[in-house]
Amino acid sequence: MFSTRDLLQPETFEQAYETLISRRSNTVLGGCAFLRLGRKKMGTAIDLSKLGLNFIREADHRVEIGAMTTLRDIETSPLLASSFSGLLPRAVRNIVGVQFRNGATVGGSVFSRSGFSDLLTALLVLDCEVTLFHGGTMPLAEFACGAYEKDILTKISLGLDARAAAYQSFRNTTSDFSVLNVAVSCLGGRWLVAVGARPQRARVAVNASEFLSQEGGAETNASAAALLAGAELSFGTNMRATAEFRRALCQVLVKRAVTEVKQCS
Amino acid sequence: MRSVGKAAKKIDGMALATGKPSYTEDMVPANALVVKILRSPHAFAKIRSVDTSRAERVEGVECILTYRDVPRVRFTLAGQSYPEPSPYDRLILDPVVRYVGDEVAVVAARDDKAAAEALRKIRVEYEIYPPILDFEQAQNGGAIHPEENLSCNFPIGLQAEKNVASSQTIEAGDFSGELAACAAVVEETYYTQAQAHAMMETYRAFSYLDSQGRLVVVTSTQIPFHVRRQLARALQLPAGKIRVIKPRIGGGFGGKQTGAVEVFAALVTLKTGKPARIVYDRRETFSCTTSRHAMRLKVRMGADTEGYIRALEIVTLSDTGAYGEHAPTVLGCVGEYTLPLYNKTRALRFSGRAVYTNKTPAGALRGYGATQGTFAVESTLNKLAEKMNLDPTEMRLKNIIKEGETYLTGKGVPLGSSSLGRCIEKGKELIGWQEKFPRREAASNKVRGVGMAVAMQGSGIANIDTASAELRLNDDGNITLLLGSTDMGTGSDTILAQMAAEVLRISPEKIIVHAADTDVSPYDPGSYASSTTYVTGNAVLRAAEDLKQKIIARGAAFLEIDPEEAEYDGETVKEAAGKDPATAALEGSGEKGITLAKIAEQSVLGIGRHQLTGQATFGGEVSPPPFVAGFAEVEVDKETGKVELVDYVAVVDCGTVINPNLARIQAEGGIAQGIGMALYEDVKYSEKGKMQTDTFMQYKIPGREDVGRVRIAFEESYEPTGPFGAKSIGEVVINTPPPAIAQAVYNAVGVRVTDLPITAEKVFMGMREIVHK
Amino acid sequence: MLINAVVNGKKVSWEVAKDEMLADTLRNHGLLSVRTGCDTGNCGICTVWVEGKPVLSCSTLSFRVDGKSVTTLEGVSKEAAKFAEILTAEGAEQCGFCSPGLIMNVLALARELKTCGDEEINHYLAGNLCRCTGYMGQLRAVKKYLGVDGR
Repeated sequence: MFSTRDLLQPETFEQAYETLISRRSNTVLGGCAFLRLGRKKMGTAIDLSKLGLNFIREADHRVEIGAMTTLRDIETSPLLASSFSGLLPRAVRNIVGVQFRNGATVGGSVFSRSGFSDLLTALLVLDCEVTLFHGGTMPLAEFACGAYEKDILTKISLGLDARAAAYQSFRNTTSDFSVLNVAVSCLGGRWLVAVGARPQRARVAVNASEFLSQEGGAETNASAAALLAGAELSFGTNMRATAEFRRALCQVLVKRAVTEVKQCS
Repeated sequence: MRSVGKAAKKIDGMALATGKPSYTEDMVPANALVVKILRSPHAFAKIRSVDTSRAERVEGVECILTYRDVPRVRFTLAGQSYPEPSPYDRLILDPVVRYVGDEVAVVAARDDKAAAEALRKIRVEYEIYPPILDFEQAQNGGAIHPEENLSCNFPIGLQAEKNVASSQTIEAGDFSGELAACAAVVEETYYTQAQAHAMMETYRAFSYLDSQGRLVVVTSTQIPFHVRRQLARALQLPAGKIRVIKPRIGGGFGGKQTGAVEVFAALVTLKTGKPARIVYDRRETFSCTTSRHAMRLKVRMGADTEGYIRALEIVTLSDTGAYGEHAPTVLGCVGEYTLPLYNKTRALRFSGRAVYTNKTPAGALRGYGATQGTFAVESTLNKLAEKMNLDPTEMRLKNIIKEGETYLTGKGVPLGSSSLGRCIEKGKELIGWQEKFPRREAASNKVRGVGMAVAMQGSGIANIDTASAELRLNDDGNITLLLGSTDMGTGSDTILAQMAAEVLRISPEKIIVHAADTDVSPYDPGSYASSTTYVTGNAVLRAAEDLKQKIIARGAAFLEIDPEEAEYDGETVKEAAGKDPATAALEGSGEKGITLAKIAEQSVLGIGRHQLTGQATFGGEVSPPPFVAGFAEVEVDKETGKVELVDYVAVVDCGTVINPNLARIQAEGGIAQGIGMALYEDVKYSEKGKMQTDTFMQYKIPGREDVGRVRIAFEESYEPTGPFGAKSIGEVVINTPPPAIAQAVYNAVGVRVTDLPITAEKVFMGMREIVHK
Repeated sequence: MLINAVVNGKKVSWEVAKDEMLADTLRNHGLLSVRTGCDTGNCGICTVWVEGKPVLSCSTLSFRVDGKSVTTLEGVSKEAAKFAEILTAEGAEQCGFCSPGLIMNVLALARELKTCGDEEINHYLAGNLCRCTGYMGQLRAVKKYLGVDGR
């Protein structure tokens, strides 16, 4: 059971941010999908519903997605379905169920940078920027490696390029968390490979990405890149799988994703 | 037949489906105290001190109870007929805590918030002992139950100092000799996990004192009469002072065959005089009630040159966790429901021990030992068939027990009914065994395999459980059927009404079913051990026959004719036709008849002065086994080890099918639960003994995308002792998926997974080993 | 705090705690079809609609429905009964505890999906767990309700 002493529904970001940093126990509410899991005691819960952050809009060859946009909005967005080989709708489609995805938000998923996140892995292979009220705008890759600092994620923004992409996840049951997930993209010969649920946070496999960018995504290269990704990243053991199995899965899923991208680019 | 065999809708179906208030929590009085439990964070410890003073000062807290506030009498929560085989090893609250989650204190407060706050403010000091978490090491550790007042109703092989809750041996023939004479022998060791029931409605109850000062407990339970007896002992209250009521149940699967929350609510009501309610959350349901007994099973099986199984041995070690609910009987059922299957054996040996550990207690779960035993024995048979180069279906057809036959440890009682042979033939055809066995390449990275297994169960517990049923002809011509069995969603109330309607030749709509309330219902142990259709059904059949005879006699009396000359068609009692057609024609057919409604009306008036009731008690001398042949087709990803269940065919012999729809759903649901056990449901503990798989987020029951296609077919047999030829179906259906799927995976990729569940990782590592060999 | 919402077509002003969940609020106001089965968002039993979309009422803070419409099974009882008739004809309600959540999501599916075969149905309903039926009977019922053969 979580509890909160106060609730704030700010009309401005300034008000939200000031409240957030004024006390350690003050917290921004995301989609609240996992709220009941813990026994969090909040001082002031800050609800961003009134800040107009639920949008997917196209502007200036980019698509902006507001922090309060739900995972289900991503899944059903025609714009996102037709961008990046439909990478984002595919990445979120197996997260629990429709009802859950109608609650869980992009801001919550990205800001928490959870290891199991499907969305984070997919976003890492796109031209993705994160905008924080206080911290400003930065590339996702930078944000994803950063430490938790109190801030308000307002939106993410994706370069609407002609990138081909693929998403692969391995799950013990269909709607379970990923045991491992992989996203791969290719734009004009530049490849990006990201691996998540290792079970640590998603990361770009730099060596594998470089290798593909230099050698191309032909079948033999796909296997070689998969080996590189397996070698350069760390993997851990948790309830769902051992590090050893994850490393093996990484190699299979990277190879499959690269092959898939090659086929659609 | 008019009612039996028809796919009648459940009598409570629409109310349940459309969310009408029907369950325990829907009926809680508004002013009921909220009861919550403080639980042990340690797997094994003695409570040195409990300080409740700060917690008691929380506004809204009514009382806080600890081990000092409860009777010192040990009892069992196992729902079993008296004298229960399970050891009396529990106190309501015990100064020793034996698993993470064991109860330390009971808090009752005005609302959830106050109760939760009080829980946080109780200070407990523990003396921590090293826990025993590995059940294979349990016999070498310190005693988990050293207490002197632990007792058993009769010898169950308990050796508390060695942490053995029960041990038993059954032997027939010269096992070593027969095994040595076999042409082919295989052996294997298997592990089955502590599966969770995962019924959707968690455990809950509320209690209050009625106008006579009696304790009333309303609870979602499969065992109202056993709960009453448990409460009487645990609370040291005369049973006559207790009434247990069961509303609709949101799923049980055997979980609610063990008491859980009732005693805590009741304790609070007795201490405060106030209504109290307790609702377990999902974590408590997973980690602080019961689960399936995890087991290690070692099997040796040998066959002669012709493929006849001549020797079979099962050695079982069962993990009963911190308390011994159902420990001896689940253990016994491992052998009881596997040894009869293949009756060409010349020697059988079954031995087993159930041991205490510092983990969540085990209890009853659909299948009740048969599931574990079936996985081990059927997997071993599949291995033996392969070794002998025999088709596993052929080997089974050769060896299975048939109608009229006996088996080695069966005391000469012949099998009353079986269509298992036909089930196997039918299943082969439906799955496409001839084309698919053992494997076919699918896509580039995928390969498909098929596997099969057979299974049996019982129908009630022979010579122990009895059920009673009563029927009452009401003044309005409708009939009330009083039952003590507990429909937990299966539709048993409906099929029992169908049976009564069949005998009484009336429409089932005229039957009003009442179940269950210990003040009102006739005695029934409850719905477990696959008993309701068979045991309670037999009681209903007889009670309905009793009432029918009385209706005819009363009708005849009103007509002033000899009952022998009376005819009853469900609507009227009339003079038998054909006796004297000339007279009948002259008088007109209607005049010499009296309607059932009229009989009902006049029976409660001054004219009849005797309301008609039918009553019967039934207890089986046999427990006729239902059978299933299960066939699995899987597709395995050769690169990841991922197993996808493509198709599952189960052909069922449950005797006569009383209600085809409800029987089908029982089978489909049981198969899905078996699929969960086979592939997904994993139980993990931390090093300190905390269950980690205590939510639906971490313990994965199959979702609808995980079960593939499940197909059910029935091959009816006729059970001579069953009501209308029926046997049970509820449990047997869970038994085949683990061995059938395991064999399908083996046939696909050559990896034999012997510890459940069959995860992708195990398959992957197995494939890797084969490559390295 | 006071929230104003339209619940099952009726305007309501309800006092709720700041950390109260919608499932509790609805139950406290007598909408007993709303129940919970887990604390982790996995089971789907507590499914209701907010602004016509199926959500988990166990994980939705009550204040967030301020100014919005909320629909429980009681608010779509006619349509729910239509599906329930088919579901019970299959015997696939079984214990019934998960039925309200399932029905809310089935009705949402019927409105949202244009075409659907078995896979689409099963995927849309993946967030509704059931331990009794093994799902096959539910699938048969949904297909009959939608008038599709599925694949």
